[in-house]
Amino acid sequence: MTEIDAYLTAHEHKTLLRFITCGSVDDGKSTLIGRLLYESQLIFDDQLVALAQDSKKFGTQGDELDFALLVDGLSAEREQGITIDVAYRFFSTDRRKFIVADTPGHEQYTRNMVTGASTAELAVMLVDARTGVITQTRRHSYLVSLLGITRIVLAVNKLDLVDYSQQTFDQISADYCTYATQIGLPEIVCIPISALRGDNIVEQSTNMPWYRGPTLMEHLETVSVGDSGHDAPFRLPVQWVNRPNPDFRGVSGTIVSGKVKAGDSVVALPSNVITQVSRVLTADGDLTEATAAQAVTVVLADDIDVGRGTVLSSVDNPAQLADQFEASIIWMHEDPLHTGRQYMLKLGPVTAHLTISAPKYKLNVNTLEHLAARTLTLNEIGVCTVTTDHPIPFDPYAINRDMGGFIIIDRLTNATVGAGLLHFGLRRATNVHWQEVDVTPAARSALKGHQPCVVWLTGLSGAGKSTIANQVERRLRDRGAHSFLLDGDNLRHGLNHDLGFSEADRIENIRRVGEVARLMADAGLIVLVSLISPFRAERQLARELIGDDRFCEVFVDVPIAVAEARDVKGLYAKARSGQLPNFTGVDSPYEAPENPRVHIDTTTTAAADAANLIIERLTTMGVFVDPRSSS
Amino acid sequence: MPTLTNLQRLEAESIHILREAVAESERPVMMYSAGKDSSVMLHLAEKAFHPSTPPFPLLHVDTTWKFRAMYEFRDKVVADNKMHLLVHQNPDCVAQGINPFEHGSAMHTDMWKTEGLKQALNKWGFDAAIGGARRDEEKSRAKERIFSMRSAQHRWDPRQQRPELWQNYNLRKSVGESVRVFPLSNWTELDIWQYIHLEKIPIVSLYFAADRPVVERNGMLLMVDDDRLQLQPGEVAQTRKVRFRTLGCYPLSGAVVSEADTLPAIIQEMLSSTSSERQGRLIDFDSSASMEKKKQDGYF
Repeated sequence: MTEIDAYLTAHEHKTLLRFITCGSVDDGKSTLIGRLLYESQLIFDDQLVALAQDSKKFGTQGDELDFALLVDGLSAEREQGITIDVAYRFFSTDRRKFIVADTPGHEQYTRNMVTGASTAELAVMLVDARTGVITQTRRHSYLVSLLGITRIVLAVNKLDLVDYSQQTFDQISADYCTYATQIGLPEIVCIPISALRGDNIVEQSTNMPWYRGPTLMEHLETVSVGDSGHDAPFRLPVQWVNRPNPDFRGVSGTIVSGKVKAGDSVVALPSNVITQVSRVLTADGDLTEATAAQAVTVVLADDIDVGRGTVLSSVDNPAQLADQFEASIIWMHEDPLHTGRQYMLKLGPVTAHLTISAPKYKLNVNTLEHLAARTLTLNEIGVCTVTTDHPIPFDPYAINRDMGGFIIIDRLTNATVGAGLLHFGLRRATNVHWQEVDVTPAARSALKGHQPCVVWLTGLSGAGKSTIANQVERRLRDRGAHSFLLDGDNLRHGLNHDLGFSEADRIENIRRVGEVARLMADAGLIVLVSLISPFRAERQLARELIGDDRFCEVFVDVPIAVAEARDVKGLYAKARSGQLPNFTGVDSPYEAPENPRVHIDTTTTAAADAANLIIERLTTMGVFVDPRSSS
Repeated sequence: MPTLTNLQRLEAESIHILREAVAESERPVMMYSAGKDSSVMLHLAEKAFHPSTPPFPLLHVDTTWKFRAMYEFRDKVVADNKMHLLVHQNPDCVAQGINPFEHGSAMHTDMWKTEGLKQALNKWGFDAAIGGARRDEEKSRAKERIFSMRSAQHRWDPRQQRPELWQNYNLRKSVGESVRVFPLSNWTELDIWQYIHLEKIPIVSLYFAADRPVVERNGMLLMVDDDRLQLQPGEVAQTRKVRFRTLGCYPLSGAVVSEADTLPAIIQEMLSSTSSERQGRLIDFDSSASMEKKKQDGYF
């Protein structure tokens, strides 16, 4: 066998370690990564030439090479001298390939660190030997422990600047271990280094004869990895149904924990149907057994209902099902958490609509104090009750990252606005059941001689919503249709008297009105809702609650100047003078509907004509078709 | 049960990404350039959807300036794998005869590839384009997401990237927006070669050393692949044993003198080489931030 064949065989059996480096701006993180790349000889000559040029232009090391410039990718951040996003770097040794998530140390970027930590198995915490453990070290350590990383290296850097003092190193190590124990981090490996000078990176440093432990690279090469999850219960979240022809039907996905073989009984969640695995398939042939992290296609013995988002699970130890949870939420967007708003949850291939309650508390990650909070803003972490619109299969995050870690998506902008860790299902979700009833909404509707429907009038204060709603209701009465008017102002005297005008209260206001309107529609009525309802997301929530086919959104459109000139209730004047905060159109936004069923321009349409337009629209929607004659 | 190896984990991750891309988009397409990364991607796609054929077509944004051997290889691969191939050539470039000699590498690449790609995505209405870019290729790539959103104008905004946590990828998009998908994000050049070797994946012969007609120009060895490469005064075409580390348009792809005519020999050469992979490509030399600028404009 030639040398290269031997090399190839060795490389074929290399394992993979994904780790993150954490530290604050001046701890020398980029220098350390640059050094690791350099030492593993992954810096090519042309890159060295570019580095030498860049070192002169941007460098902070005089005439010496500035390794940090190797890893600071985007030109904007080079100029600012800070890393602004997560970057992934690669290097390999004879034993192992490494993927490093280079996460920024700047105070504002918790988001990026959490992102980098989510796929890492080990964390290197960097501290400057001159400053020791600082606030940011504690913050990063907390995040690492929250994200469930159990392998920690404390790299005390810049030992060259403290005369390679053992006493300094021992003191910092002791300080850190005390803190680590407090937050539940397991055993820590402490290594004294100088990334700039190369001490204890690859070679044992001659400057620190008192240190006898492994060098950083030795430790990274030998620490055990990648075997977690094999002994855990079997979980396969289904990504895709594989159906090339009528004779073959398989389900494809990545096993996130445990193992599976042909003949195993599995339960499909959430349907709770038990079946057997008849084949475990890959393009390289059928497998006798497949384990965690393998991407496979499974053929089931029975033709049961399985699709994207189904989780195949071991029968003895299945995943739990719930629709209400306690969860840690990490907020990652400039637009803060709107409690009560409907977001989208994505947990692997599982998706659901998600609402998040006001935080039980938010965390001061520096002191670990619990603080009262009504919402979460960018980079804040809190514990909340979260509710999904249907039960989803899950395991607690602490037990299974891939079954308990989810992202939160804004349904209008599609931005990823946060991340969450499911801790446990709340009893309420599993114990509250729907009571089946004999008299259905359809049966009640049949008594009325018309279809139920919700006419939702939205628009600025003073647009004329109530005037128009009133006229519509009179016409409905004249036709013998049974209606009810829910007026925003009137409801605030009773049902909603406890709510103010903050964004959170407005969202709750609309949720309640939406629920009441739905109940009335189920009772068979034509419901008129007259409500400013300024946010698209909440009107969308109401639409989904009530059902698109019986929801008629009416945009009562008026320019703000006209509404303000009318100012029937004198509210605009108050708002302008600062007596009424959060007033829609003044200091709180109004998001106009994009595709209302009826759009009324009140500068050109009189209330009576507007009412006629709405009645016409209800007619074309089939509201006045007598259910008794059509069935 | 032994721990999965590096390559096994990379393969599984790529398969997972490909399945997500297909499950969460309306009209996915896989970019195909006939290069080694394309070969690996196609191989992974076949694994991901087996026994189905990959549920998307291949798209070649052609510049008409690729090596002849690449066109032949492309057509054979497509036929052997029963894939559907779409080819797009920017009609403006065809009309104006855009070429690297008269218009320079920057304009040539921008018009044929960047503009051509946008045209093709618009023409067929693809909402997910799967590409073979790797994070180890270039510094600005290191921050690229696996699923990377593009505006309706195909622009990339490095400050508005969606965080990617665990294996939860957010592919939701508004009308007109699209997503670029990079299943090879975490592979290195060495991983690619090792995998080609282990899996016996066919690659175009240009990667292997052979006697080829070349001419030295601007410090690079260019292959005289057809008569569109006109010799300048003083230039002499000579036959040398060369191979290519990266492939693109033949007038922009520098050859290296090499004896490596087997995969192990190529890998050995790569391990002992002292210049990075992209050095053979002219487009990066403009400025150190050039790739980042190109990507913001929509380059793959």
